[in-house]
Amino acid sequence: MTIGPFLVRRLGSGLLAIFGACLLTFSFLHLVPGDPVDHLAGGDAPPGMREAIERCMGLDRSLPGQFVGFLGHVVDGTLGHQCKNGDPGGPTVAARLAEVLPHTLALAVCGMLIAVVLALPLGVAAAVRRGSWLDTAATVVSLSGIAVPQMMFAPLLLLWGFISLGWFPGPTEVGPRAIVLPAIAVGTHLMAMLARMTRSAMIDVLGEDYVRTARAKGLPEGRVLVVHALRNALLPVITIAGLQFGSLLSGAIIIENVFSRPGLGSTLLEAIRERNYPVVQGAVLVIAAIYVAVNLAVDLAYGLADPRIRRA
Amino acid sequence: MAADPPDRGPPRRPTGRTLSPSAWIGVAMLAVFVAAGLFGPIAAPYDLSLSHVELAHQFEAGSAAHWLGTDGSGRDALSQLLWGARSALALSVIVVAISSTLGLAVGTVAGWFGGTVDEVVMRVVDVLMAFPGILLNIAIVATVARPGIPLTVAALCANGWVGYARVARGQVLALRDRDYVIAAVALGASHRRVMARHLIPNLMGPALVQMSFGLGSVILIEASLSFLGIGPQLDYTWGAMLEQARNFLWNTEWVRRYALVPGLAITWVVLGANLLGDGLRDRLDPRQRGRDGGR
Repeated sequence: MTIGPFLVRRLGSGLLAIFGACLLTFSFLHLVPGDPVDHLAGGDAPPGMREAIERCMGLDRSLPGQFVGFLGHVVDGTLGHQCKNGDPGGPTVAARLAEVLPHTLALAVCGMLIAVVLALPLGVAAAVRRGSWLDTAATVVSLSGIAVPQMMFAPLLLLWGFISLGWFPGPTEVGPRAIVLPAIAVGTHLMAMLARMTRSAMIDVLGEDYVRTARAKGLPEGRVLVVHALRNALLPVITIAGLQFGSLLSGAIIIENVFSRPGLGSTLLEAIRERNYPVVQGAVLVIAAIYVAVNLAVDLAYGLADPRIRRA
Repeated sequence: MAADPPDRGPPRRPTGRTLSPSAWIGVAMLAVFVAAGLFGPIAAPYDLSLSHVELAHQFEAGSAAHWLGTDGSGRDALSQLLWGARSALALSVIVVAISSTLGLAVGTVAGWFGGTVDEVVMRVVDVLMAFPGILLNIAIVATVARPGIPLTVAALCANGWVGYARVARGQVLALRDRDYVIAAVALGASHRRVMARHLIPNLMGPALVQMSFGLGSVILIEASLSFLGIGPQLDYTWGAMLEQARNFLWNTEWVRRYALVPGLAITWVVLGANLLGDGLRDRLDPRQRGRDGGR
């Protein structure tokens, strides 16, 4: 079977999921009792301001009309206007999201790097020395990495790196040095999950016939582990890593909050608080789209790495 | 989800095997949590109502009077911890009960009838899964300024049921070709009877595993929402304690002590739930012993 029909099917269901997520968000936003114009205009707005904001956000149209309007802005690539002062000429939602997206991606990539670099050796070592003190230690590390809430870990990390050691810049700063602490906070949690996954996948693979064959024909143990075992064990690990990378786009919201970093998550939270409909919808669309794209990429990578799946 | 175990012959009765020691540790940890949630507020040494704010005692370290110290308003941290346990227990039990009932019902129906019903359910699942992390929960909770308990529960259940539905559907697909199910259908049993008598009882094992992991994640998500200031308007939650620690970050010595109280409590419950979940899964499927991430 070629990859074409599979790709078309997956793309279709992915687009459907993104559309559903947008529709769901749209419905939620319009369930909100408060008037979004009150939030954006403030209490003592000049008389013309309310109407201007309403017109700018398209609130003077019917509900289906508003959703169609949003879809139109998706097509023209602007995702609508922020409408802060009722000024439709201001920066578009797309521009605002493009501004924060690099920060989110940088955090996600750095966190993922830290996680992978630590998790693979830890997981492999635990699987190879199964039942040893090393295995127990790895299990304890990964279990606690999952259970310790980031809401405790991140502030304590900030106090340690910023105040006690003074090595790293404090909150609100951005730049290469400022990303270290947040990336560690994100990476630790991911590392815990990936190490568990690597361990269990390696244990599975180490019991396979081809590993026994590789050992029997006298290959050096290192080569057996890396080429024959780890390569196959990586498949489920890639899946989890991909899913988690997608979650990081909005899931780093706690970390962004603690370190006062700009990002998709914090932009979304702020937009929800100030009831800025266009920004909320645009952010949800971007997050859902990246998430679906990453999942698709993972599925494709999986198919490329494992010929059995391609043929199935 | 693809790797549902193939038909493994007649269902095994796992009653002969006992839980692993680590699963029993998990049970014990959860028992402490349940006890703290049930009886903690009765045993709490201090009244936490606003009239008892004592600014003279704010930011204190642990002492004989306040074992775990006090917060920024001079209120006793131990009492907050115990009241927070009640909030966490009540919320997580309600959310797990609702989302597991809903998810198991939907998943069983989808798996049993297949066809259009299944297709629709799986598309809805896709949409809900396209909201990564706690995004959907935040979106729902944010529809009002001060979410009450019902809205928070609804937000947590809105995507909480998905995991149970997937487990149930996968199990039903594996169970539907079993002889006893085919026999029941041949004898003229109604759809309802097959599902209630033959399918659901046999998928309760994997469902229990999911409930155990689900408990841990509900605790974490609820704490995250409270931490972001959009949690349920309960008087005391562990997430709100963590938010307070963050708001007084300048008081570093105090934050180092105080943040540990709710932080370690959350760690305790989540760890207990995960240990129990791992143990239950091992007992159900010995092939998976010593493995994890099999979801």
